[in-house]
Amino acid sequence: MGNKKMARLGPQLVFVGPVLIFFTIIMIIPFLLGMYYSFTDWNGVAGTVTWVGFKNFQQIFTNDPDFWKSFWFTTRFTLVGVVLTNIVGFALAYFLTKGLKLRNVLRTVFFMPNVIGGLLLGFIWQFIFIKGFSTLGDLTGWSFFNLPWLGDAATGFWGITIVFVWQSAGYLMVVYISSLTNVPTEVMEAAEIDGANRWQMLKNIIIPLIMPAVTICLFLAISWAFKMFDLNLSLTKGGPFKSTESVAMNVYVEAFQNNRYGLGTAKSLLFFLVVAIITIFQVRLTKSKEVEA
Amino acid sequence: MGTLKKYNGRLFTTEVLMVLVGLLFLVPFYFLFVNSVKPFGDIMTNSASWPAVFKWENYSKAWELTRFPQAFSNSFGITVVSVVLMALFAAMGAYWMVRSDTKFNKMLFFLFVAAMVVPFQSIMIPLLKVINVLGVNNSRTGLILTYLGLGAPMSIFLFHGFVKAIPLEIEEAATVDGCNPYGVFFRIVLPMLRPMLMTVIVLNTLWVWNDYLLPSLILQKPDMRTIPLATFAFFGQYTKQWDIALPALVLGIAPVIIFFLMLQRYIVEGIAAGSVKG
Repeated sequence: MGNKKMARLGPQLVFVGPVLIFFTIIMIIPFLLGMYYSFTDWNGVAGTVTWVGFKNFQQIFTNDPDFWKSFWFTTRFTLVGVVLTNIVGFALAYFLTKGLKLRNVLRTVFFMPNVIGGLLLGFIWQFIFIKGFSTLGDLTGWSFFNLPWLGDAATGFWGITIVFVWQSAGYLMVVYISSLTNVPTEVMEAAEIDGANRWQMLKNIIIPLIMPAVTICLFLAISWAFKMFDLNLSLTKGGPFKSTESVAMNVYVEAFQNNRYGLGTAKSLLFFLVVAIITIFQVRLTKSKEVEA
Repeated sequence: MGTLKKYNGRLFTTEVLMVLVGLLFLVPFYFLFVNSVKPFGDIMTNSASWPAVFKWENYSKAWELTRFPQAFSNSFGITVVSVVLMALFAAMGAYWMVRSDTKFNKMLFFLFVAAMVVPFQSIMIPLLKVINVLGVNNSRTGLILTYLGLGAPMSIFLFHGFVKAIPLEIEEAATVDGCNPYGVFFRIVLPMLRPMLMTVIVLNTLWVWNDYLLPSLILQKPDMRTIPLATFAFFGQYTKQWDIALPALVLGIAPVIIFFLMLQRYIVEGIAAGSVKG
C-alpha cells in the first residue's frame, strides 16, 4: 500500500505540479492577498500597510455614489444586454437550422465580430457612431441617426449595448445551433402530425429541450456583460461624467488612477461576491428547468 | 431538425431576410474598409460612399506609425507560447486528476472549477503585486506566466470532462506491456485528446490574442506592445485622424480575421464542443 502511494507521487508531481504552481501563484495567492488588502489602506507604493478594519467597506456603502452609479449601470446593462443577445443569438440559430442554402456563409458572417477583441471593435464602432451615423442621418433624414451618439448617458448606454449584442450574439448562435440540431426529428414530426403550429412547437418542444444550451448561454452572457471592460474603455471611457462607467472600470480607476489600492481591492471583493452569487443562482435556476427528450 | 423539409417559398423568404440581416452585420466592416482608403476630406464629407480614389498611402502611414510588424510579432510570440504551454500543462493535470482519484485531487479539481467564476478584475490588483515581487513585471515572461495561471481553470475543466470519457482498458493494456505513466500519457492519451486540444487552443488563442487589460498592466515598454496595446496608444495620439486610425484598425483586425476564416470549421466546432461541456 505504502509502496503504491510512493509510486504515484512521482507522476502526481510531474502531471499536476506545473499547472498547480501557476494556478497558485496567479490566482490563489492574489485572491487571498486581496481579501487581506481590502481591510487595509494600501496605496500600492508605500512600504507600510495599515490594517483599517471595515473602513473601506464602510466607505463604499455610505460614501461612494460613483461606485453605486457604476453598479446600477452594470446591472441595467447586464439585464438588457443578456436578454437581447440571447434573443438575437437564438433567432439566428433557429432560422439557420431551417435548411437555408446559404447557412454556412451566414454562420461565418454572424460569428465574425466575435473573433475581434472588444477594444478594437469599440474603436471601429466609435467611428460608425460618430461619422457613419451622421452620414446616414444626412442621407435618410432619420432623427435616430442624428442623436448625439456616445455623447450622453442614454446613447452611451445603447451604443455599448448595440456593440455588445453585435459582438456576442454569434457565439451564442453557435451554441444554440449545436443544441437545436440535437432535437430529435421524431419528436418534431409527431408534434406536426398532432397539428401543433410553429409557435407551439417552439414554446412547448424546442425551448424545453434546449434548456441546457439556455443555461450555458445565459451563464456566458451574464459573465461577459457583468465583467465588461474593453468595450466600455474604447467606446465611452465611462463618460460623460461617469454615466456609463461599469463596475470593472470603477475598480480599475480606483486602484490605478486614484491609487487607492485598499479601497479598490475591497470593491473587487464585493464584485466577486456579486458575480459568484448571480452565476450560481442562474445556473441552479435554469438547470432545474432542463428536461430529457 | 429542419433539413428534412422541402425548399419552398416560405424558406426562400426566410433566406432573403437572413441575407439582409447578414448584410446588416457586415455594415460596420464596410464603413471601416471604404473609409480606410479615403483622403481625410472625403471621410468627412461622405462616409457612406464607395471611395472615389483609393489612397493606399493611408496604410503605409499606419503600418509605420503603429510599428505594426513589431506589435504583430509580440502578439504572435506571446499567444503561441502561452496557449501551447497552457494546453499541455492543463491536459497533463486534468489527466492525472481523473486517473488518480485521491481526496487531494478531488478537492483540487473543485478549486479549479470554483475559480472559473472569479472575475479577473477581482484579483488583478494584488496579482500585480505578486508579479512585482517575482521580478517579472514589464516582461513577456511575466505576462505568459500570468496567462498560464488564469487559463488553467477553464482548460482543466474542459480536459477533465473529456478524459473521463476515455476508456481505461487501452491504458491498462499499455501498462501491462511495460509502459510507464508518462509513456501512457504522451503516446496514448495525448493523441486521443486531440479534439479537445483543438477546442482549448482555439478558445485560449482568441482570448490571449485579443486581451487588452492584462498586458496593459504588465507591459509598459512601448517596444513590447501587443496589437491591442499598440492600437490603444495610437488612438490616444491620433484621435479623430480617421485617415490613419482606420487603416490601423484594419491592420489590427486582419490577422485574427484571417485566422478565423482559415480555421473556422475548427473554431466553430471547438466552441460548440467547449460550451456543451461548460
